[in-house]
Amino acid sequence: MQAAYRLDTTFAALAHPTRRAILARLASGEASVTELAAPFAMSQPAISKHLKVLERAGLVSRGRDAQRRPRRLEVKPLAEATQWLERYRRFWARRFQRLDALLDELQTRTTKPGDRR
Amino acid sequence: MKRAATLQLTAPGEREIVMTRVFDAPRQLVFDAHTKPELVKRWLLGPPGWSMPVCEIDLRVGGKYRYVWRHDREGTEMGMGGVYREIVTPERIVNTERFDEAWYPGEAVDTLVLVERGGRTTLTLTLRYESREARDAVLKSGMESGVTASYDRLADLLASTPARGRA
Repeated sequence: MQAAYRLDTTFAALAHPTRRAILARLASGEASVTELAAPFAMSQPAISKHLKVLERAGLVSRGRDAQRRPRRLEVKPLAEATQWLERYRRFWARRFQRLDALLDELQTRTTKPGDRR
Repeated sequence: MKRAATLQLTAPGEREIVMTRVFDAPRQLVFDAHTKPELVKRWLLGPPGWSMPVCEIDLRVGGKYRYVWRHDREGTEMGMGGVYREIVTPERIVNTERFDEAWYPGEAVDTLVLVERGGRTTLTLTLRYESREARDAVLKSGMESGVTASYDRLADLLASTPARGRA
């Protein structure tokens, strides 16, 4: 239940391009709010709002330095969400592998391979 | 021969799942594999052990389709169907989808787009759900047991209803 709830929050947090960009930036190391805001055409309060969503989802935490208050990436919830996506992806990947085999069969039946365009 | 194609799957925005996959075949064939029942039945299956005894397709705008999967050993069935909203042969299909036993709220709209280049076809399938909750429920099901997800729900329901035991 707890895990399911957290997953909802994770997916919701990941649903915004700016938040994904913030996470991508944090993946290369911790950064202050000012540093995070720099590449975006966005005010610091706007960035802070996105950070708050990410913090609530447990995707971002605050570092020790009381002055800079650097944010850093928390990988666990992200890994969980990725795992769900990966399971779902594998399900479809298997279907599409069967489709590959079927398409191969249909092509050898109707045309000779390699003579298209 | 051919390199193994990878399936790109993302969950962009709030309500969508998007899949992209390249097939080593002209798009007319890929289109046929999605619209001719005798072909659909060969690949649109669930986990091992499930077959697809019912596959009915009325391929016209406003026409319906219906799929039923069956667990061959247990005999449990799971049905799904919807209506075609757009058909552009052999490049685009938009249809609704709804499972008989709803394991996600509401209806989804599926958009299939096929683009052919040099005899290869890029398939993009976008599943758009009615809400973020529905989309996430689908992702969380993993579809690993896509077809059994509704039974899991039923089991949960039975377990939380004190007067009844599990069948």
